Amino acid sequence: MLLFFLSSGLFLGWSLGANDAANVFGTAVGSKMVRFKTAAIIASLFVILGAVISGAGASHTLGKLGAVNALGGSFMVALAAGYSVYVMTKYELPVSTSQAIVGAIVGWNFFSGYVTDYKILSKIVSTWVICPVLSAVFAAILYLILRAVFNNMKIHLLKIDSFTRIGLIFVGAFGSYSLGANNIANVMGVFVPSVPFREIDLGFMVLSGAQQLFLIGGIAISFGIFTYSYKVMKTVGGELLKLSPQAALVVVLAEAMVLFVFASQSLSDFVKSLGLPAIPLVPVSSSQAVVGAIIGIGLVRGWRNIRFNVMGKIAVGWIATPIVACLLSFIGLFILQNVFGIVVAKRAFYKVDKDFVKFVSATGLKADLSPIEGKEFNRFKDLYDKVFAITGDKEASLLIGSLCEEINLKLSSHKIENLYLKGLLTKEEKSLFLKLTDKDFRFRYQFLVEYCRLKKCKLNGFNKLAQVNKKIDIYLKLFE
Amino acid sequence: MKALFNSKKLENQIDQFLDSVSQGLIVFLSGVKSYFEEDKAEFEHYLKEISKLEAEADKLRRAIENDLYTFSLIPENRGDVLALLEHLDNVIDTSKETLHQFDVEVPDIPLEFAEKFVKLAELSCNAGEEIVLAARAFFKDIKSVRDHVHKVYFFEKEADRLGNHLKKDIFRTDMKLSRKIHLRYFATHVEKISDDAEDVADRLSIYTIKRMI
Repeated sequence: MLLFFLSSGLFLGWSLGANDAANVFGTAVGSKMVRFKTAAIIASLFVILGAVISGAGASHTLGKLGAVNALGGSFMVALAAGYSVYVMTKYELPVSTSQAIVGAIVGWNFFSGYVTDYKILSKIVSTWVICPVLSAVFAAILYLILRAVFNNMKIHLLKIDSFTRIGLIFVGAFGSYSLGANNIANVMGVFVPSVPFREIDLGFMVLSGAQQLFLIGGIAISFGIFTYSYKVMKTVGGELLKLSPQAALVVVLAEAMVLFVFASQSLSDFVKSLGLPAIPLVPVSSSQAVVGAIIGIGLVRGWRNIRFNVMGKIAVGWIATPIVACLLSFIGLFILQNVFGIVVAKRAFYKVDKDFVKFVSATGLKADLSPIEGKEFNRFKDLYDKVFAITGDKEASLLIGSLCEEINLKLSSHKIENLYLKGLLTKEEKSLFLKLTDKDFRFRYQFLVEYCRLKKCKLNGFNKLAQVNKKIDIYLKLFE
Repeated sequence: MKALFNSKKLENQIDQFLDSVSQGLIVFLSGVKSYFEEDKAEFEHYLKEISKLEAEADKLRRAIENDLYTFSLIPENRGDVLALLEHLDNVIDTSKETLHQFDVEVPDIPLEFAEKFVKLAELSCNAGEEIVLAARAFFKDIKSVRDHVHKVYFFEKEADRLGNHLKKDIFRTDMKLSRKIHLRYFATHVEKISDDAEDVADRLSIYTIKRMI
């Protein structure tokens, strides 16, 4: 069942691989500077690396836009996005997966009654405009530098050719990494809150549940690269070849840099540490970055090279894609829920009851919740704001907020046995949870307390609590 | 990756090709001079020498073409480079051809024209030398291509002018018409080397604009 729901995301990944890999290696392959096989292997490898290592940032932002919390909902959101991409491509409008997925998530928000955070939405939308502009600026600067180097330093034509070839491979690898890091959010981001994967310890690194998802998504992208991108590369290569391979190198490098800027947590942190506003980590469109870069080079060469109708088409894409995806997502969710009876969104309910206030103060979190005791919330944001006003700590407020979520969990031995047989629970876990079958858990923190009592773990301090909370997160998804 | 290791070898081959063309021109001029000095042994030597250089240039050109395509190097400029090499090859071909005609037809050139013939050959060879320099610059130092190309045009014009004078002079003597035509034919051939050089210069100017990114 899980695989079925994931299939829409995998489809999205496949189409991303087929289309967007061409933005990275299209010119190199189209101009025969790099062989397709070489390009495909490098692109696949680095897309997967980028997705697993730095994919979290951008998908976190999407999660904030709308935490699609039921697998059925994630399925529909990804399907709606994928289908809008297909439709828009058919009508030859420049389309971006990033814009489609954002529209589809907003559609889910409308359907489920989750209020869209307009601050985040406007942040995302603004990056769509910034992305091609930034790409144009990068490309213009890089082009000027490269032109100065190649025209003034006496380098043999064949050496320039060699350098360009090596450059295209390295820049292609960097571009693929950035593409994976930035755009994996489009493919797998909506599944992150709802898929129950546990951490895997590989010895040298620990793969979190989200990273496993990204790995699967990355493989889907690679599959797209190997099966379908050759054709697209030929077309893109043919179109862009009006530029010299050296200019193409600049285009790909500028694109890669832009994608990287909007995906890298450490770069964002670094900028923040300089006292500048942090860079929002948002999935952006690689195609638009490419067009931006070409325009940037056009600007350096003279205004007459710019085709304004292309810019107009992009602007149409900005508006049309999210709207189409939003509508499709809304309609699809409606059908899925009402015709097939599949849960597409969980109703959120939070209550700060007396016991919870006691529990929080007992853990030593330095948060006196008595002012909001007995209050009920239907939106996480409202609760979060109230808690934040008391604690003044972002992380602690997020943790406290999530702990008083209503879960209405009753464990049955049948269910536990089932999960054990599927290999999703270990023997120890099975015997542990079997001891809890007679209990009802209305709120999350109650489950956590019981779990801790049996595991004999001490709940003092934020770190311990957060650790245990992360652990039970997976169990709760499994028991759903 | 193979392409990366091959670039040095190919660079050398291109240089050697240009060397052959340049040496061919020097040999041609020496050959013409020895013909007028009626130094048969020297003339024979230069005749052999230019044939060897021409064959070598042909061989190098084919090897370069082959490598460019096999390793799909410089996809953007490949067509241009090949055309450039082929037209440069014409320069040495014409030189060889002309020297051989001296050998075969043994034109009976009156001494009064010898000086002008040699001067014409010099101008033609100058144009050829400059185009070889321009071609070298095209590969290594794109900005100085212009410095050489304009000289090619200058020498070609000079050769043209001198050629016309020479032909006029020939036809204003009271030699037999057949002999006049024979001499004109040789003047035209010597002059053709500079025309070939001009042809390469025309192409090179355009390739250079294309290569300036």
